Amino acid sequence: MKRFLKSINIRELLRPIGQMILFSLGSTIVLSVIVLLLALILDRTVVGQTLIERLNVSLFTYTLVNLPQVAIDGLTIGFVYAAIALGYTMVYGVLEFINFAHSEIFAVGAFVGVEILIALEKFGILSNASLVMAYIYLILAIVAGMLAAGALAVTVERVAYRPLRHASRLVPLISAIGVSFLLQDVIRLTESLTSGQFNRIMPTFGNFDHRILFGKMAMGATQITLGVSIKSIIVIVSAVLMLVGLNYLVNATRIGKAIRAVAQDHSTASLMGIDVNRIISLTFLVGGMLGGAAGVLYALKFTRIDPFVGFFPGLKAFTAAVLGGIGNMTGALLGGIVLGMLETYAGSFMGVFTMGAAGTEYKDIFAFSILILVLIFRPQGLMGENVAQKA
Amino acid sequence: MSLLSLHNIHSFYGHIHALKGVSVDVEEGEIVTLIGSNGAGKSTTLRTISGMIHPRQGQVLLDGRDISRMKPHAIVLAGLGHVPEGRGIFPKLTVRENLEMGAFTVNDPEEIDRRMKFGFDMFPRLKERIGQYGGTLSGGEQQMLAIARGLMMNPRLLMLDEPSMGLAPVLVELIFDIIKALNKKGTTILLVEQNALMALSVAHRGYVLQNGEIVVSDTAESLKRNGMVQKAYLGID
Ligand SMILES: Nc1ncnc2c1ncn2[C@@H]1O[C@H](COP(=O)(O)OP(=O)(O)OP(=O)(O)O)[C@@H](O)[C@H]1O
Ligand SMILES: [Mg+2]
Repeated sequence: MKRFLKSINIRELLRPIGQMILFSLGSTIVLSVIVLLLALILDRTVVGQTLIERLNVSLFTYTLVNLPQVAIDGLTIGFVYAAIALGYTMVYGVLEFINFAHSEIFAVGAFVGVEILIALEKFGILSNASLVMAYIYLILAIVAGMLAAGALAVTVERVAYRPLRHASRLVPLISAIGVSFLLQDVIRLTESLTSGQFNRIMPTFGNFDHRILFGKMAMGATQITLGVSIKSIIVIVSAVLMLVGLNYLVNATRIGKAIRAVAQDHSTASLMGIDVNRIISLTFLVGGMLGGAAGVLYALKFTRIDPFVGFFPGLKAFTAAVLGGIGNMTGALLGGIVLGMLETYAGSFMGVFTMGAAGTEYKDIFAFSILILVLIFRPQGLMGENVAQKA
Repeated sequence: MSLLSLHNIHSFYGHIHALKGVSVDVEEGEIVTLIGSNGAGKSTTLRTISGMIHPRQGQVLLDGRDISRMKPHAIVLAGLGHVPEGRGIFPKLTVRENLEMGAFTVNDPEEIDRRMKFGFDMFPRLKERIGQYGGTLSGGEQQMLAIARGLMMNPRLLMLDEPSMGLAPVLVELIFDIIKALNKKGTTILLVEQNALMALSVAHRGYVLQNGEIVVSDTAESLKRNGMVQKAYLGID
């Protein structure tokens, strides 16, 4: 036991936590300063006047009061993106290939988790559950989603990618897109045969919808409560635990060293006695499990899922991975947090700042503009090195 | 029974017929060298043995067991180490991690430490660079690392593909001393070298490859005196 404790690499446990705190605080501060400055400027214009007429509050106050909630929401979705982005980036790391079916692996995780909870609810188990049991059921659903998604990811690699490993680069990519559509339809078919509905709703149970209140703030005539929902805490805590675990696996274990060796050079890794195919399967397993857990957490946060639920989160997580530097795990974490924050800030303030001309529904513009800008001006992403060097 | 024997091996790269019926035997305890000009098929022979490419025809027997269809990692487990041409250093693993990768199949941490120490005694330079990324080492340092990493495996049969490449003359001497010492301790060695004179001075036997075929095989002493070998590979007219 003592030897076991001694062999734990504390540094690799603390390092990712430090990074997460840094990235979260950093993006919160930067984005908050930007929106506050914008609010100050716009306060002098017709935008500010309109708000005063409407709510009797200055734009600056309005922005300031809303910031804490926006930051927490941004972090929540940011960590979900980070967990999905890691799946893209790990697979890219070992195969230099973008697994476009990852968004559907995320969706399958979400469906498995939600269906289990719906079944439990049907049998009346959820409504009678104590708080402890509610958490146990939620964990059960997350674990089931992880296992299903992990197994699916491994199978997809084995069936649809491995036979194409030596084909030109475009071929597995097309296969991945095909798998992606196929899985969407498989989910649709399964749902229509079993439940008859495509939209599934996460059952309400436990205390996940409660909000922990910090206090109230006056905003003009109205009062705004400051708080954080238990859901958000669950999403963030689960994601943090998984990311720390993943970082430890990759950077502090023998298997992780093998993953990194395979990522750098398949044939030399095999000359070291590493079974490259097994490491690739393992990478898909781990990436798939993270994606599956993210799917269940996403369903917890946003409640409603459908067979296409993976599309946008998947594309955004891919953007996050590219933003951070595809193939770079710290980059995926950074990219996920930054992207989640950015789109939440944009979605929350664009409406008032443009007097309702461009509201929340346009928030995706930001994510995808980033994708295009990064690809043009910094294809290696924020933390990656030159891609050309790798090829 | 030979430790390693190749029977009539034919290997291809797509349509390129790189080995045309190569047969080689390596006995336990020997140092055997493969010499030949650029493109003769020396590296291809080693790659075929270690499973990086599979022969289209012929057999590779290790201890009498056919390994020609096995994957490289399984062949490593069977006791064969291959230090490839071009070194194959992991650029983003540190020197220490690169060495640890060499001992991937070893589970005993004390044994790993022992072997690492052995490598550092041989190449003190590597010890000074222990925390540095493999990709940032100089060419010669990378070559040292590749050899030290090959030794971490402690294989029964060690295949070295041009181990002296890019090393200063003193270090070339050192490498050949190490090869001899390893062999004394019981490791069988299959050596590919551009420097045919050096290779023949440490080897017991040698094979000459030309265009994917073995043209001569003999004891190292006789090869050194062979007129064709002298002319083509030793630079003696
Ligand atoms: N990956 C490859 N694809 C196609 N042809 C190859 C490949 N590798 C080697 N060849 C060809 O196979 C032949 C044998 O190459 P090999 O590398 O075995 O030569 P070698 O004897 O090791 O030469 P050198 O002394 O230059 O290292 C050469 O004609 C080479 O062009
Ligand atoms: Mg060669």
